[in-house]
Amino acid sequence: MPNAPEPAQTAREQRPRRVTIDPEGPLLVEGPVEVVGDDGRVIASRRFTAAICTCRRSRTYPWCDTSHRRRVRRDENAPPDAEPETGTDARTTTRTGKDHDQDSEGEESTDAR
Amino acid sequence: MPAEIQSLATHDAPRESRRTSPPLPEPRGTLSRLVVDTLRGGGSPGPLSLDTHDADPYGDDLQLALYLLYELHYQGFDGVREDLEWDPELLGLRRALEGRFLGALRANCRSTDSAEHALAELLVEPVGYSRTSVGHHLQRDGELWQLREYAAARSLYHLKEADPHAWVIPRLHGRAKAGMVAVEFDEFGAGRPEEIHAQLYADLMEDLALETAYGYYLDAAPAEVLATVNLMSLLGLHRSLRGALIGHFAAVEVTSSPGSRRLAKAMRRCGAGQAAERFYDEHVEADAVHEQVVRRDVIGGLLASEPGLESDVVFGIEATGFLEDRLGARLLSAWRDERSALRTPLEAAA
Repeated sequence: MPNAPEPAQTAREQRPRRVTIDPEGPLLVEGPVEVVGDDGRVIASRRFTAAICTCRRSRTYPWCDTSHRRRVRRDENAPPDAEPETGTDARTTTRTGKDHDQDSEGEESTDAR
Repeated sequence: MPAEIQSLATHDAPRESRRTSPPLPEPRGTLSRLVVDTLRGGGSPGPLSLDTHDADPYGDDLQLALYLLYELHYQGFDGVREDLEWDPELLGLRRALEGRFLGALRANCRSTDSAEHALAELLVEPVGYSRTSVGHHLQRDGELWQLREYAAARSLYHLKEADPHAWVIPRLHGRAKAGMVAVEFDEFGAGRPEEIHAQLYADLMEDLALETAYGYYLDAAPAEVLATVNLMSLLGLHRSLRGALIGHFAAVEVTSSPGSRRLAKAMRRCGAGQAAERFYDEHVEADAVHEQVVRRDVIGGLLASEPGLESDVVFGIEATGFLEDRLGARLLSAWRDERSALRTPLEAAA
């Protein structure tokens, strides 16, 4: 390894933080990040990239937990891309994240809102 | 030993599951007996010739023989010479066994040519309860003894979590490499040994009163478990299968986040313990990130530079699903009959 830790470190610190937008998924932000909720609570992630929930359905809000995914009713032998049932599509439903598992108790939610 | 090294060594002492190598397991047929005997005897005195053509490619005997040969590349076995990892006779036998396994998988997995379609199937979640999903079962109806069996079975992989995938790194470059290394860094604790995912898994096993020593549950693990781990080793060790390794890795990361949420709920419902919950809670959040990086940068980068690998990526995705389904069927059919899904039932929790 070349013996020049200092310039490399400086370059990293000065590098603009990249945010990647996906209209159908979370916001990807290079970490570490702190997210401030509207109640003033600060939640930090040290991960190399944080996926920030934009669908507001995550049960680990503000972090994505893939709750934005499309939900389909699968018949035994139906093709996997079968038409989603009305109201089960994560992009069109208005339900909050707490109730879309059949047995969700909600008590484990870390929803910061 | 300098003081700082010593203090780190002491700090790491508890629960290091890979401090020792496991004993050789009991053979399950002629192929695995040949491998066990050869390893125990310090190598082969002559050419290892055995007809592998009739062996069941997914059966206990072939899968265990293959598992033993692969394990030489990870942790080895107690009393087995380390340089047998590169013994030409054993490598030749491994090649024959791999041919059977890979040939069967290729024959069983041919449905789509598009990586996007193969991934799209994994990016939807079923509504309600899925009868064929181990995670759905454990979340709703799982009992503590089933969670213990599940954890023991999965320990063959999770105590070396992300290791098989590290072999692909020198075969990647550019965007795919940067993405893959970032995800692996996270899997390996992002610089902190206590947060290595394999260590979090050992902590989970402690909560479930399981033995955390590496390879302890090998004898108990049925062929369906061995096959899921052998797939990773097979794809990881062959550069020619790098596309399939990436497809496999993507399939694991894409399905992990919702799957881990179900298992975290199962652990909570059964009162398994904080470390058991934490392992799966961590994977809900981590793998929601990993999935994005693997799809965009690793698969995207790989196929941008090597578009010819797309069918291999698809093969890796499908082979993973195929073997996971077989394992799920084994676990659920046993549990629904109130039977152990392992080859030997676990000792009762103390």
